[in-house]
Amino acid sequence: MKKLLLQTAEISKFTGKALKQFVQPPFEVKEILRQCYIVGYRSLFLIGFTCFIAGVVFTRQSRPSLASFGAESWLPSMVSQAVVRALGPLITALICAGKLGSYISAELGSMRVSEQIDAMEVSGVRPFAYLVSTRVIATTIMLPVLVVYADAVALFGSFLTVNSINNSSFQLFIIDALSSITYLDIFSSIIKAILFGFAIGLIGSYNGYYASGGTMGVGKAANTAVVISMLSIFIIELIVLQFVTLLRQG
Amino acid sequence: MRNSNVMVPDQSSNENDVVVKIRHLQKSFQDRAVLKDVNLDLHKGENLVVIGKSGAGKSVLIKCMVGLIEPDEGEINILGFDVPKLDTKQLRELRLQVGFSFQGSALYDSMTVRENLEFPLKRNLGIFDPAELKTRVEEALQNVGLAKSIDQYPTELSGGMKKRIGIARTLILRPKIMLYDEPTSGLDPITSGEINDLIIKVQEDYDTSSIIITHDISSAKVVGDRIVALLEGAIRMEGTFDEMKATTDPELAPFFNY
Repeated sequence: MKKLLLQTAEISKFTGKALKQFVQPPFEVKEILRQCYIVGYRSLFLIGFTCFIAGVVFTRQSRPSLASFGAESWLPSMVSQAVVRALGPLITALICAGKLGSYISAELGSMRVSEQIDAMEVSGVRPFAYLVSTRVIATTIMLPVLVVYADAVALFGSFLTVNSINNSSFQLFIIDALSSITYLDIFSSIIKAILFGFAIGLIGSYNGYYASGGTMGVGKAANTAVVISMLSIFIIELIVLQFVTLLRQG
Repeated sequence: MRNSNVMVPDQSSNENDVVVKIRHLQKSFQDRAVLKDVNLDLHKGENLVVIGKSGAGKSVLIKCMVGLIEPDEGEINILGFDVPKLDTKQLRELRLQVGFSFQGSALYDSMTVRENLEFPLKRNLGIFDPAELKTRVEEALQNVGLAKSIDQYPTELSGGMKKRIGIARTLILRPKIMLYDEPTSGLDPITSGEINDLIIKVQEDYDTSSIIITHDISSAKVVGDRIVALLEGAIRMEGTFDEMKATTDPELAPFFNY
C-alpha cells in the first residue's frame, strides 16, 4: 500500500513537471516537430490499414441485422456514429499505445541505462524538457489528428463495402453518414483523443525515464508502458462516456 | 560512524590550488553503505587516479561531485561551489566547468558525431552560427584524432572511437575539471594506450585537473600524478604509483602485483 501511494505521488509529480514544461520556455520546437513527425506521419499506414479493415468488417457484420428488419438505409449513419463516437478513437489509441508507448519507453529507457540522460544532465541540458515534454506534447497534438484520419479511412472502407453491394453514391453515403453526427460527438471524440495522447506520451515517458536494470529493465519498462496505457485508455473512455451521457441528458 | 583509520588529505598543502575538496562524504543505498567517510583533494593541473574494486563506490563518488547522486552527508566543494547545497541554476553553472566522460561514452544514438558535439554548444553557449559550430566541432574532433568520423552515427563507431568522441564532446565546452569514469574499460591494450595518451594530452592542452576512476593499474601508472585507493567506502591510501606499489596492505597489494 505504501509503495502504491509513493508511486502515485511520484507519477503525480512527474505529470505536474511535464505540464509545467508545456508553458515554460525555452520551447523545444524543433524536437517537438521531429516527434510529431515520428508519432503522426510514421503511424499513418498502420492506423489507416487497421481502420480501413475495421470499417469494412463493421459494415459487413452490421448489414444483415439491419437488413433483417428493413433498416438497411440506416447503415451509413449507424457506422458513422460508431466510428466517430467509439471505434475511431479507440482503435487509434490502442494502436498508438502499442506502437508509441513501447517506442517512447524503450527509447528513453535505453537512454537512461546507457547514461545518455545523465550525460545530458551533466552537460547542463534539461533532459526532462528535451526528452519528456516534447514527446508528451507530440502525442497530445497528433492523436486528435490521427483520430480524424482514422475516422475518414474507416468511413471510406465502409462506403466501399456499401457501394460493392448496392452501388450507392459516395455523396449520398457521406450525407447520410454526417447527418447523424452531432457537434457533441465530434467534440467528445477530440477531447478523448487529446486525453489518450497525453496518457500514452506520459506513461511511455515515465516508464522509460525511470527505467533501471539494464536491457531487461528497458524491456520491462516498454511492456509496463503498453499495458498501463491500454488500461488507461479504457478508463478514460469510460469517464468521458459518463460526461457525454450527462451532457446528452442535460 | 567515521572510521578512525581513514585518510584525511594533508592540510598543510597549498589550499589555494585545491580545485576539489571532499570531506567526510557518505552515501548509502538502502542498507548498504557505499561511501562511509571519503576525504579527497584534487589540486590544480593534477591527474588524480582513484582505484578500487568493482562496486567500491568509485563511480558513485564522481556522480556525487556533479550532483547526479545526492550524498547523505559530507562536504563537496568544487571550484568554490558547495555542491550539495546548489540550486538548479548554480548546479548548471558548475556543470559547465566540469566535464564528465562516462564509462559507456553515453553518446546520443539518434545523433551523428557532429550533432553530438554541436548539442552542448547550442544548448549551453547558444552558438547557432553554422561556421562557428563547424570550426569548433572540427577542432574538437581533430584534438581526439577523429575528424573523419564527423558524419557517422555512434553505432558505426568502435568502443575506443566512442570514448574519444565522448571526451571530445565534453572538451568542447572547455571545462576546468575532467572526471573520467573507467576510461579504458572494455578496450584492448593498444586502444587503452591511446586513451591514456589522450588523457595526458587533455591535461596539457586544456590545462585541466582530472579525476580518473579506474581499476586498470597500467592506466593508473601512465596517467596518474597521484593515486588514491578507495576501499570499504573510504580512502585507504594515497601516493605516487611507486609509493602505492610498495604497500604491504594485504587488500591493496594485489592491485599492484599484476
